[in-house]
Amino acid sequence: MSKIKGVVLVDKERCKGCSLCVVACPLNLLRLADKKVNHKGYPYAEQYDWEKCTGCTSCAIVCPDGCISVYRKKED
Amino acid sequence: MTKEELIQPQNLVCGKPQLMNDMPMHYCPGCSHGVVHKIIAEVIEEMQLEEKTIGICPVGCAVFAYRYLDIDWQEAAHGRAPAVATACKRLWPDRLVFTYQGDGDLACIGTCETIHALNRGEKITIIFINNAIYGMTGGQMAPTTLVGMKTATCPYGRDVNLHGYPLNITDLAAGLEGTAYVTRQSVHTVSAVRKAKKAIRKAFENSINGKGSNLVEIVSTCSSGWKTTPVKANQWMEENMFKFYKLGDLKDI
Repeated sequence: MSKIKGVVLVDKERCKGCSLCVVACPLNLLRLADKKVNHKGYPYAEQYDWEKCTGCTSCAIVCPDGCISVYRKKED
Repeated sequence: MTKEELIQPQNLVCGKPQLMNDMPMHYCPGCSHGVVHKIIAEVIEEMQLEEKTIGICPVGCAVFAYRYLDIDWQEAAHGRAPAVATACKRLWPDRLVFTYQGDGDLACIGTCETIHALNRGEKITIIFINNAIYGMTGGQMAPTTLVGMKTATCPYGRDVNLHGYPLNITDLAAGLEGTAYVTRQSVHTVSAVRKAKKAIRKAFENSINGKGSNLVEIVSTCSSGWKTTPVKANQWMEENMFKFYKLGDLKDI
């Protein structure tokens, strides 16, 4: 059976750590990076378990700063 | 499949719209303005009107909107965006003209321009970001502030005897003859963002086809003004704002 795989890339310098993507992810695969901040001093979002990601793009749709890119491919 | 195999340009399904440039936005973390900017960029891209769109910036938090989207913009004096949009649309009838205004700009100082532009049936779209507070100046009471809501200038909550009632400009616009499409949307969840995008697309199509004036209200959050986190601001909006500002199409001809 083919499976859809996805991965989320966050533009760390653009992210402001609002965590709206964290609550929008239906599989809870995103979190704010632990004790790490970008150059502006904001904590940023990261995907900690990319292998479960289906590339549903929920996080990218709710991101107010457009810093999330979603890649998706069907795996044979 | 490895991560590197997946991260290829042909697999990109969702990202920052082409029209949105790399300038970091000055909005607070979690501000609804960013989402609305993004969906406007996506709609303009989908309609292929990049070269034919004129946006009118307001005064308020979105005063720097011209920095973020790569279309033509014109800055207007406080509240006068619908008047500037009227002039632009009458001089260039083939252009898509929209204004982007907050509640302090549209519902307070610019009430006259807004009501008259909508009533004249100007072929423009007004995008109205309603967060029930003056965000840029530090969280003062706006005409749209809910009864009982605490702001910097009404620290004990809005009192109807002293401050009067909130002004629901979208309900008012639905009763005007000149409006073609009046709707109220929100951008707090994925489905709400999709609905808001459809509404903006419909409004833009109406104004390009010369159907009449269009008003799209987006009920938004202001986490800094409401003194809470972006996630809690969304919950507060769902619990309190939606009771008074009910989502949905108010007029569609």
